[in-house]
Amino acid sequence: MRVGLDIGSTTIKIVVLDDNNKLIASKYQRHFSQITQVLEQLIEDLEHELPHLKEAYVALSGSASLGIAEDYNLQFVQEVYAEKIAAEMLEPRTDVIIELGGEDAKMLFLGRHFDARMNDCCAGGTGAFIDQMASLLNVKTEDMDKLAAKTTTRYTIASRCGVFAKSDIQPLLNQGAAKEDLAASIFHAVASQAVTGLAKGRPIKGNVLYLGGPLSFMSQLRASFDEILHIQGTCPEHSLYYVAIGSALCADKIINLTSLKENLTTCQHKHGFNHLEPLFTNAEEFAKFQARHEQNNITLASMNNVKEAFIGIDSGSTTIKIAVMNKEGELVDSFYESNHGNPVIAVRKYLLDFYKNYPECKLIASAVTGYGEDLIKHGFGVDYGIVETMAHFFAAKYLQPQVDFIIDIGGQDMKCLKIHNGAIDNIFLNEACSSGCGSFLQTFAELLGYDVKEFAKLGETADKPVDLGSRCTVFMNSSVKQAQKDGASVANISAGLAMSIVKNALYKVIRTNNPDSLGQHMVVQGGTFLNDCVLRAFEKEMGKEVIRPNIAGLMGAYGAALYAQKRYEEKPKPTSLLNAEQLTSFNHTVKNIVCQGCQNHCHLTINTFSSDKPFISGNRCERPVTHAAPKDDLNLYRYKLKLLKALPNLEQPLRGVMGIPMGLNMYELLPFWQALLNHLGFKVITSPIEDKSIYQRGQGTIPSDTICYPAKLMHGHIAYLLEQKIEHIFYPCMTYNIDEHNTENCYNCPVVAYYPEVLDTNIPELDNVHFYHDYVGLLHKNKLAENLLKMFKKDFPNLTKRELNAAIQAAFKAYDNFQQHVKMQGQVIIEGARKEKMPIIVLAGRPYHIDPKVNHSIDRLITTLGAALISEDAISSHISSTELNTDLHVLNQWTYHSRLYAAAKYVAQNEDMHMVQLVNFGCGCDAITADECRRILEENGKIYTQIKIDDIDNLGAAKIRLRSLFSAAHLIDD
Amino acid sequence: MSQSVSHAQKYNFPVFTKEMIATHTVLIPGMLPIHFSLLRSALNGLGYHAEILSDTSQDVIETGLRYVNNDICYPALLAIGQLIHALESGKYDLEHTALMLSQTGGGCRASNYIYLLRKALEKAGLEHIPVISMNVMGMEDQSGFKMNISMMRRLLAACVYGDELMYLTNKIRPYEMTQGSAEQLAQSWLAKLDDIFMKGKAQAFSTMKKLMPKIAQEFASLPTQAADKIKVGIVGEIYIKYSALGNNNLEAFLQKQNCEYMLPGLMNFLMYCVDTFITDYKLYGGKKLTYAANKTAFVYLQYLEKILHDALNGTPLKAPATYTETKAMAKGIIGYGNNMGEGWLLTAEMLELAQSGYKNIICAQPFGCLPNHIAGRGMVNKIKQIAVDANIMPLDFDASASRVNQENRIKLMLATAEK
Repeated sequence: MRVGLDIGSTTIKIVVLDDNNKLIASKYQRHFSQITQVLEQLIEDLEHELPHLKEAYVALSGSASLGIAEDYNLQFVQEVYAEKIAAEMLEPRTDVIIELGGEDAKMLFLGRHFDARMNDCCAGGTGAFIDQMASLLNVKTEDMDKLAAKTTTRYTIASRCGVFAKSDIQPLLNQGAAKEDLAASIFHAVASQAVTGLAKGRPIKGNVLYLGGPLSFMSQLRASFDEILHIQGTCPEHSLYYVAIGSALCADKIINLTSLKENLTTCQHKHGFNHLEPLFTNAEEFAKFQARHEQNNITLASMNNVKEAFIGIDSGSTTIKIAVMNKEGELVDSFYESNHGNPVIAVRKYLLDFYKNYPECKLIASAVTGYGEDLIKHGFGVDYGIVETMAHFFAAKYLQPQVDFIIDIGGQDMKCLKIHNGAIDNIFLNEACSSGCGSFLQTFAELLGYDVKEFAKLGETADKPVDLGSRCTVFMNSSVKQAQKDGASVANISAGLAMSIVKNALYKVIRTNNPDSLGQHMVVQGGTFLNDCVLRAFEKEMGKEVIRPNIAGLMGAYGAALYAQKRYEEKPKPTSLLNAEQLTSFNHTVKNIVCQGCQNHCHLTINTFSSDKPFISGNRCERPVTHAAPKDDLNLYRYKLKLLKALPNLEQPLRGVMGIPMGLNMYELLPFWQALLNHLGFKVITSPIEDKSIYQRGQGTIPSDTICYPAKLMHGHIAYLLEQKIEHIFYPCMTYNIDEHNTENCYNCPVVAYYPEVLDTNIPELDNVHFYHDYVGLLHKNKLAENLLKMFKKDFPNLTKRELNAAIQAAFKAYDNFQQHVKMQGQVIIEGARKEKMPIIVLAGRPYHIDPKVNHSIDRLITTLGAALISEDAISSHISSTELNTDLHVLNQWTYHSRLYAAAKYVAQNEDMHMVQLVNFGCGCDAITADECRRILEENGKIYTQIKIDDIDNLGAAKIRLRSLFSAAHLIDD
Repeated sequence: MSQSVSHAQKYNFPVFTKEMIATHTVLIPGMLPIHFSLLRSALNGLGYHAEILSDTSQDVIETGLRYVNNDICYPALLAIGQLIHALESGKYDLEHTALMLSQTGGGCRASNYIYLLRKALEKAGLEHIPVISMNVMGMEDQSGFKMNISMMRRLLAACVYGDELMYLTNKIRPYEMTQGSAEQLAQSWLAKLDDIFMKGKAQAFSTMKKLMPKIAQEFASLPTQAADKIKVGIVGEIYIKYSALGNNNLEAFLQKQNCEYMLPGLMNFLMYCVDTFITDYKLYGGKKLTYAANKTAFVYLQYLEKILHDALNGTPLKAPATYTETKAMAKGIIGYGNNMGEGWLLTAEMLELAQSGYKNIICAQPFGCLPNHIAGRGMVNKIKQIAVDANIMPLDFDASASRVNQENRIKLMLATAEK
């Protein structure tokens, strides 16, 4: 007989095959990381079931079995290989296997060109991801399938990694999107992620087998794969056990099961793990620590005799916090609970209870902050809205008037505020990708089978906190797994995670190395700091004592209440907050529609409240609300787009049609190439700018999952041109960019420079057309003519160098003309804004950031907030080369990036200008430019704001950043 | 391009002066143990007091994370982490210590490492420490470190000897009768060569022509036995593929997994770097004088390569493909104009390895490496169309990629290879 074990990240599977390789027993169990214990139990069960099974050929497989195989000297079979062996026996006609596991996703191409892929270490579209999403929706994983079956609308959810998707889903939830639709959207995202991440351009055809837990249990997930792949895959019998069966088939070592079991019991873990100093050396130290923190209190008072009060609501990403405060600033009532995906219900219930319990108390003013600010403000008639960063500042300042640094770690967000002269001087927010926040601790607590408070408590006693580094949740999964394998106790993992949250905040969000520079009077708040381990870890890492208010989790709500009081006292007015009567007849319905107002096709969520006109969210502009076209007259991004679309083209081409994929450097060089190609007798057809389906069209051919989004879009642009049956496509490789005579070198970044090569080798259909992607440069006109001639000569033999020379002249003229127009219009906008006394935002990025698919219409969000908007290239030439290069702390060698430095310097000189830098995930160059732009701005007393963008379609985080900037820089009145 | 103002003037960074050659210890982050040991000998032969850092502890990574933007490439984080960690260790007199970092000068982020190091030094309050840029383009003004002909010849000699010792050790080690004999022989030659470098003789053609065949012979005559090994090629981003600190001790892991592995030599990369200028001149024009200088340099490198290959071919071990042969492999697959980072060379090396029997290829790069999106991952599908049985595993490395994950993927590659 043969026994195969598959020990994965979350489950153990075990099978027994008889001598004819027929499956006679199988077991499947979640192990909650108690691998050896569960294993022991399973073996014992088997012994009962098959009493004659004494010894067998045994082999282990699965990601968590590597160490066990080593420790107990057992045979290890790599799981993907095992799967292949099993499929060859059970389903020999299989062409492709898709398997989703707990934390791995795999794709196998069988047959002559065998190939196996596993997800890259950063991709989270797996079982654990679905678990995580289910807990976010507050449903059981098992129910996801049933929910998804009832979907009506699908939302775009970033599928690249779990944390990204989370930041998409959370706001949708807060806006009231239906769980059915979200469940289906999540499945779609998982399937889409697996296909992009694993197929990497190889077509998936023929007989497709679905294996592994999630695909076995969830028919809707299979349906999503079928839909994306245009196939009908099958989920075979034993689909959970292929790896185990395969390893049984490979087993060539006879093992006595009883002695194996005994071995498991007696053997101890042999490995060590990297660990840090304990958080508390002894109980006495802990007691002292607790006593110290009990001093920092907001006074709590009773509701007795309170006649008038102010209410602050913090509608956060996962929780609702409410603070009611009397006129003296004492907290008289509070509320802190999970919003269970619907903040409206929670707020209504609280208010009704409040009115019922305290009929004698009048709420005279109200304010709301947080993710759900707009929704709650609208639905309940809350008087004031305040951006959450400001709310936290108000609260902290009340407690510690000298506060100069605030860090708030909540469920999803991390905010750090630097205070200077009583005003917010700088704001750091966590990127969507490194949300080492409260929900992260919760996820791990649950994963290990603990309640989050219990989990935190354990950490206090840790003697050797595991050193887990400081990266995002998805990475952390594997690190925790490894630590467990190496024998770390739950206490040490808990303490290690607390340390990692702190390090994440300090080194990834704030990027500090010198705690002293952050401030002397620090206030830490947010629910996560109620965890004593996190608080202690923070103090240890900072090397100083900080203040944690007794209401650390309520500070946002408390700040909002303070704000309500302030506004009320400045200008008293009767509150518009719904009263008990209005609340009783309160009616709330949610509808989802797709806006047809423009090409953006925003998914709108329409919340209708009984007494009022509908509240629309998910929009990027005012059109669905006011039914008027967005005002773009002070928006240079839109001007540039208009200019690009209006470029003259040749309608009666002599030499035919030339397709150009509209992405990356084409946003800079289209005027150049279009004029050049027109001059040569080609009509230029570009792929569309405002077509959201572009990404999906090319998704399947992207070979590198971690490359920036603008590069990924190029696959779709090419796919579009191919669909249009365009036979000549022009997209040259360009090591060098335009020389603006102010850089050490004028490179393009490697991706912009060479992406045509990737397209050429990964899109097979390009072989059937003429794809002109040779290397050209613009620095040397004669060489350019030679290279272009060489490139076109084969297909257009009558083309002459003379023609080319003339075309190049015309092209440079067109390019200069375009640049002139942009700069001139930039000046017009600046002057217009100054006349109106409007703030000017320089939305700085690369030329392709004007693409609304890339910037997700952040430009319009900014103009809606009341600022004029220009791009970096409108002002970069105002800074001379000498000025630019003086005191620049980087090697200034990329043309586009050099404009960023220049723009930053120019912004620093202009009182009414502020810079917001758009940064793509995965953009290596921006690790350099962002630091340098920040330095230039901060040294000149300016706030640096960065917005990281990817395929995430949600602007929640961007909005907080922008509003915080506007508030902190006093750009507009609330 | 305005290169008129020198960097040091522009930024007021401390300059490594001539006087410092005698007074300062020069710290260099480690990468290739054999080559860098020889590099140190070469520098010390010129009067420097160079020291190669070999600390690969977790503290190095932590220091890097603390002082370098975490989104920057992992090699920068490690190299800078290693340097700052050394400075903070208390082992060095900070008034008499300088740092050295190589600077390639291409369109890749790597050209900015030196600036990142300076930013890190500033953060650490160590901005008075001079930083030497090791580059051949005159990118930094530093009177105490001039890349003149004499220095270049010595450094190149170190690379050639290094390539020979690395190649031979990797060839013999998996089959040696006495465990450790190849390693031991390499060490003994490092000691001998150190002496010869100190005497300033190692770079002479005559010395090379005498020593290199001798080295090859000695390795070839180490007693070996036939053994069934899985042949693995390692390519990728230069720091990650070579440095144990960068790749989680990849070589040691492969040794344990019963593999023979091949790492293409450093000479390939150097020749590629010089060749880049020649290609760019042809594609985009430029200064004729620079072009001519690069042509000459390339001929010199080719001659060094020939000495090495002649030496190896004098033994049954045989030399690997030449640079020119390797380059020819990429023709029609990726343009030679693709030359940031490892560029087309990476693609060519994968094809060359697949063809010379190393069909299992690990393509190692830092997480998010920009050039490797193109020439590494981007080319895998194409390479597999040509070398149908190539078994390529791209692996990303960074401070938090877990070792279990990486090892499991390597095991997948090996499992597929075995059958």
